[in-house]
Amino acid sequence: MAETLLSVEHLSTVFSLRGRSLFAPNVDLKAVSDVSFSLEKGETLGIVGESGCGKSTLGRSILRLIEPTAGRVVWQGRSLTDLSDGEMRKARRDLSIIFQDPVASLDPRMNVGQIIAEPLKVAEPSLSRKERRQRVEKVMEEVGLAPEMINRYPHEFSGGQAQRIGIARAIVTEPKLIVCDEPVSALDVSIQAQIVNLLKALKQRMGLTLIFISHDLSVVRLVSDRILVLYLGRVVEIGPRREVFANPGHPYTKALLSAAPIPDPAIARARGRTVLKGDPPSPINPPSGCAFRTRCPIARDVCAEVPPSLAEVGAEHRAACLFWEEVRGDPAVTV
Amino acid sequence: MAMAKSTDTNQPLLALSDYTIRFATPDGTVKAVNGLDLSVGRGETVAVVGESGSGKSQTFNGVFGLLAGNALTAGQATFEGRDLLKLSPRELDTVRGADMAMVFQDPMTALNPAMKIKHQLSETLKVHKGLKRRAAEAQALAMLKTVGIPEAERRIEQYPHELSGGMRQRVVIAMALLCRPKLIVADEPTTALDVTIQAQILDLFRDLTTDAGTALVLITHDLGVVAGIADKVVVMYAGRIVEEAGVDALFARPAMPYTAALIRSIPRVDRDVEAVEPIGGRPPDLIHPPTGCPFHPRCRFAEDKCRSERPPLAEIEPGRRAACWFPFIDETSATGDTVRSPETLDG
Repeated sequence: MAETLLSVEHLSTVFSLRGRSLFAPNVDLKAVSDVSFSLEKGETLGIVGESGCGKSTLGRSILRLIEPTAGRVVWQGRSLTDLSDGEMRKARRDLSIIFQDPVASLDPRMNVGQIIAEPLKVAEPSLSRKERRQRVEKVMEEVGLAPEMINRYPHEFSGGQAQRIGIARAIVTEPKLIVCDEPVSALDVSIQAQIVNLLKALKQRMGLTLIFISHDLSVVRLVSDRILVLYLGRVVEIGPRREVFANPGHPYTKALLSAAPIPDPAIARARGRTVLKGDPPSPINPPSGCAFRTRCPIARDVCAEVPPSLAEVGAEHRAACLFWEEVRGDPAVTV
Repeated sequence: MAMAKSTDTNQPLLALSDYTIRFATPDGTVKAVNGLDLSVGRGETVAVVGESGSGKSQTFNGVFGLLAGNALTAGQATFEGRDLLKLSPRELDTVRGADMAMVFQDPMTALNPAMKIKHQLSETLKVHKGLKRRAAEAQALAMLKTVGIPEAERRIEQYPHELSGGMRQRVVIAMALLCRPKLIVADEPTTALDVTIQAQILDLFRDLTTDAGTALVLITHDLGVVAGIADKVVVMYAGRIVEEAGVDALFARPAMPYTAALIRSIPRVDRDVEAVEPIGGRPPDLIHPPTGCPFHPRCRFAEDKCRSERPPLAEIEPGRRAACWFPFIDETSATGDTVRSPETLDG
């Protein structure tokens, strides 16, 4: 029976911004708004959405790298959000993160060995220098870096290799959950495939559970078991990969799919124009009712009144749209 | 050499011939671009595809006279019969901006952060077309509307930092279009943008090339984005063209193993793929490029000949060129242009 590793319950993260002038009141930016989901051991959850939708903030709030404002994160039965700093430090060895910009996320003054060993010093302070070095060399091999490179510095590496260093650092404490925050977005397509395959292989070998955050639906489709779609900090759709891609229940998901490039000229030309116009609205002052209604091709008056809750549209598949049946039935809004 | 097209007797708009760029560095000479022959016809959309370091950006930076100080160029870059490499900086200025314009990956670097949008745009018109302020600003506003900026009257009074990334890129495109250039070179114009905004910008380019007959060179590392927009695709590797073909033929029947590998490395949004196939190894060192075919260290079909002799870029069938000793040529389709039927979408 699958074991629930992580459950996120009504998580919200609000940033308080200074008002426009000295005496203006502060304004709230709801980056993450009432997000709930659970993750089973060994599962990969893909989180997708446009820039500013809150996907990175959500990933970081789960790990408490940003303190959430409300809600709970329950990790193996314990509420992370209630842990003291000391207890949290212990829990951190199970929780890890990989960042988008591989070179910028590595300290340029530390060599590869020091960078990868850093989390070990905190998680397992009792290790001797020699043991630590052995662990570092072992993970370097696992991620496809020659152990001879241990004394080199980040600037000597290409983007793809630097991301391997970032992955080695993330897995050195043998974590159970890794949040991958746009891990391949800064890389060439040909190198993206190397890193994606490496993550998939490591997941298999180490029994990892992954949260894979990306704006690129093709990459998300490749790695995820389940998909969560965020719009202005809210979950608009969540479900099994196959279902969400083949039969989306939210017009936003459908629009995202229709915008993703397809490497086949005949299909690409036949698809016609993208249905989604303009940029997402500001999260400081989101539209009333359904936040997507200002860009939605099928929005009606009622959409401005109440924010739609997540409705069951299939097995384990939920979407926050009053007209989800229409979305699924209307072939005009196809992928 | 320009590609022979029997139907098109006009000379190409832009023709690079034996075009070469070297950079002198303390570690040695970087052979960035090596004897390139490439042409862009009037109104044609050409995608130039390659990994980081393939020379795709440097080629066109050189055409626009934007190379770093340690660069040396050789060969010819002819635009409407004039060799750009022989023009004085002042002469080049009259071509640049007016007849050919460039759009960069990061719109913020192309915009002056301290200037209102209307001033950035109208300046181009005042310099190149000699327009007065009011006329220039009116044209600038009209162009912002053409590129799909909502509330253009309000936006034109704003500064670049007040606009979103997608809107800034539209402003840069509007700026490039103002003098109605014959050629636009866009270097990774959508790489920094979300997929939704990327699709909008690609739609915009498609409309502009169709409606105004502007030629477009689209430089990108992502073969996926070119499928729906390019007429012709040029694949670069180690500063050389390794394959050139019409977009349909290139995707359906890549001739060079590198092109085939690039296509196989792209994940698909429209179907379930268990795994993508990465290209092993790393792009070559351009100070000490490999002997023979530059791709041979990463090519799984490489034989002795590939390691010792460099294959020339040769015509493998009408309108197609490839630099490979053992190109994949499909016997059955070499005669007629068999268009592959679109794969059924996953349902």
